[in-house]
Amino acid sequence: MAIGVKPRVKVPKTASAGDVITIKTLISHKMESGQRKDKEGNRIPQSIINTFSCDFKGQNVITVSLSGAISTNPYFQFKAIVPESGDFEFTWNDDDGSVYTETKTISVG
Amino acid sequence: MQFNRRDALIIGAGAATVALLPMQAFAAAGDDEIMAFTGGADVTEGGIVLTAPEIAENGNTVPVAVSAPGAVSIILIATGNPNPKVAKFTFGPLAGSQDASTRIRLAGTQELIAVAQMADGTFARDSKIVKVTIGGCGG
Repeated sequence: MAIGVKPRVKVPKTASAGDVITIKTLISHKMESGQRKDKEGNRIPQSIINTFSCDFKGQNVITVSLSGAISTNPYFQFKAIVPESGDFEFTWNDDDGSVYTETKTISVG
Repeated sequence: MQFNRRDALIIGAGAATVALLPMQAFAAAGDDEIMAFTGGADVTEGGIVLTAPEIAENGNTVPVAVSAPGAVSIILIATGNPNPKVAKFTFGPLAGSQDASTRIRLAGTQELIAVAQMADGTFARDSKIVKVTIGGCGG
C-alpha cells in the first residue's frame, strides 16, 4: 500500500429529495506516471490509482478509469442526484491492489 | 542471388515506408484510442463541450472539464502525450448531469480531444489546443 494516501470528499450534509448536488473528491496519491526517470536514468515504474467510482445505495453515480496522465492527488468534481437519505460510497483502486474507501452520509429533510 | 534493378527498387521502397512509419504512428496516436472507443462509428461535432485553458503554465496540473448532456461515457485524449489515453468517465443512473472535471498532465503544447458516447449510440467530439509552458511528464 502506498504511504500517506488520504481521501477527502465534500458532500453537502442535507438536500431535498431529487436534488442535484455537486460532489468534490480528492485523494492524496503520487500517481507515478511511469514516464519519469530516477538519478541513474532508470524508468520509475507506473504506480497510479486506476479506477475511481462513486455509488449511492448500490446505484452508480460515476466511474472513472484513470491513466498516468491524471495529475498527482487526483481530483474529481461531478454531479449526483439524491433520491433519499443515505450514504455515498467512494472507492479508489490502486495499481498495487489497495482499495481506499470513504463514506459520506446525506440526509433528505 | 542476383541483385538486379527491380530488387533494388523494391528494397528502396520498403526502406522509405519504414522511415515514414514513426511519423504516421505519431499522427495516429489519439486516433487509435478513439477508434477503440467508437468502433469506427461516425463522430459528429457538437453536443459535447470540453473546457480547458488556452495557456497552461504548468503541464503537471491542467484543469479540464467535460460536459455532454445525455452521454453514457466520455473519453479524454491528449494527442501529444507519450500515452494519449487520459481518462474515461462512465455515468451511472444517479449522475446529476453528464459532466465532470479533473486535473491532468500534459507533456507539451498539444490538442486535447474529448469523445462522448450518447445514450442513443451516437458519438460526439470536441477538441481544444492547449499551450503548455512547462511540460508535465518528468525528464
